[in-house]
Amino acid sequence: MTAIITASTASSVASHPGRILHPGRTSAPAQALEPLSFWGGVDLTGAVVDVHHPAHGTGLSGWVVVMPASRGSSSGSSVLVELIRLGTAPAGFVLSEADAIITTACLVAAELYSIDLPVVLVAEAELARIAAADSVEIAADRD
Amino acid sequence: MALNLNPEEARMLEGADGPAVALAMRIIVGLAEAKGASRLIDVTSAHIDSCLFHGQSGIDLARRLVDLGGTCRIPTTTNIGSVDLLHPELIRADDEAAAQAKRDGRELMELYARLGVAQTWTCAPYQHRPRPGFGEHVAWAESNAIVFVNSVLGARTDRYGDFLDICAALTGKAPASGLHLESNRRARIHLDVSMVTNSGDHIFALLGYLTGTIAGSAVPVLGGFSDPESITEDELKALGAAAASSGGVALFHVVGRTPEAPTLAEVCDPGSVPVVTLTDDDLKRAQAELTHGTGDVDAICLGTPHASLPELRALAGELRKSPGHALTRPIFINTGRITLAELDAHHPGDRAVLAEFGVTIVTDTCTYLTPVLDPAVRTVMTNSGKWAHYAPANLGLGVVFGSLRECVAEALR
Repeated sequence: MTAIITASTASSVASHPGRILHPGRTSAPAQALEPLSFWGGVDLTGAVVDVHHPAHGTGLSGWVVVMPASRGSSSGSSVLVELIRLGTAPAGFVLSEADAIITTACLVAAELYSIDLPVVLVAEAELARIAAADSVEIAADRD
Repeated sequence: MALNLNPEEARMLEGADGPAVALAMRIIVGLAEAKGASRLIDVTSAHIDSCLFHGQSGIDLARRLVDLGGTCRIPTTTNIGSVDLLHPELIRADDEAAAQAKRDGRELMELYARLGVAQTWTCAPYQHRPRPGFGEHVAWAESNAIVFVNSVLGARTDRYGDFLDICAALTGKAPASGLHLESNRRARIHLDVSMVTNSGDHIFALLGYLTGTIAGSAVPVLGGFSDPESITEDELKALGAAAASSGGVALFHVVGRTPEAPTLAEVCDPGSVPVVTLTDDDLKRAQAELTHGTGDVDAICLGTPHASLPELRALAGELRKSPGHALTRPIFINTGRITLAELDAHHPGDRAVLAEFGVTIVTDTCTYLTPVLDPAVRTVMTNSGKWAHYAPANLGLGVVFGSLRECVAEALR
């Protein structure tokens, strides 16, 4: 169950191995973030509305979010499923912790709406390198 | 480490117990694999927080499970919903969006009722018997219920995302990870309260607020109470709820009071965990940090988490000290419908005092996230660390934190 994460900048392309938390495929611009609470932290358009978060005002819809983990209320799962239903969710996640809130949301969205948002786990050092990328491609296929 | 399912679990996953169980098992197995769990565990009860409306997808999952014939296979209680089903007129619907949210909230609660839950609609299910025993594995959601069942009862639940709760209720299974495992229940930080000399019913909410800000999501142990055995469940409830709001605390220990901590050495290696000493100055700072805004208090909100029977009676007792006075500011108190029925049945005199003073009793939901307060209310006084932490963002209100006695004095001023 190994995922391949391909991180690209203007001058380089590098591949990183990851563990699959939820399968799927995507290729999208990358947005590195501090840990974020979806409940109370993101509105239904996918924009960060937590005024204390450094990315306040940033739209996440369609981006690959690169962050250690989410934080805050377990209701974050409900909010993320709602974003997936509305088509305003991020395109995928690269994390360095096995985040139950994001993973559960993706499992539920796959059941309800047959949408697979890839979620992959990498080592902390890899996360820092991927966070510097302009765009990220995730290939997370279950055998 | 691969996940191993026993033959029963494998059959459930394949659909032997019907499609709702299979769906729930796919989510539990998916999460177990993500968490790196080696097996699932049997859980003996579930407490559902997914019955609180956050959007259409919550209704979609509940309806799918109902349509697939899902029914809880272990005793399952419900957390608050978005509507007070006993007093629906208390929930405001000032515009079409609010009216729609109220309809959606009620629909979600009705769908959960059809899945065979016990309709408790309370965030304090631990105030009712039967409750989980020491060492029992359960799947409980809602941060204050989680921290109470882990810490005060010594049962074991992890913090999950929404929806895992109902999946556990339908299957009786959960991933063997997180706080289900002995090794993750040891304290990582020691808070020494022996320097604290302040007392009063509000001290525990302040200690909880400090605990959450210091511990984050690590397991803390609090030591140094002069008479730990006298600490009540209501005080531990206030501590846990505040710690789970200001931080991600899902388990705390109190030396000499909570069941896993008869001594400090039982829950940590005292020489190797960091020690933080708390003082009266820290409590003063916590009280200041929980107070937002400077306006006059317009209303009083109590009962977050839901008031226990002793807390309802204590409010009546405070009011009884001022016979003939009238409230100048409304008092709202949230409680569970079972607790309210107990008050009616066994303490009608206290219920009469609350009615006489015009106290509004809210059941099934909570004033910190449902529109109950008049829109003209700008500043609220509360004795709840949790209410004070969340309401400014949830409701856009100013907050003043104080003890029950101070809250009642303000209401009568």
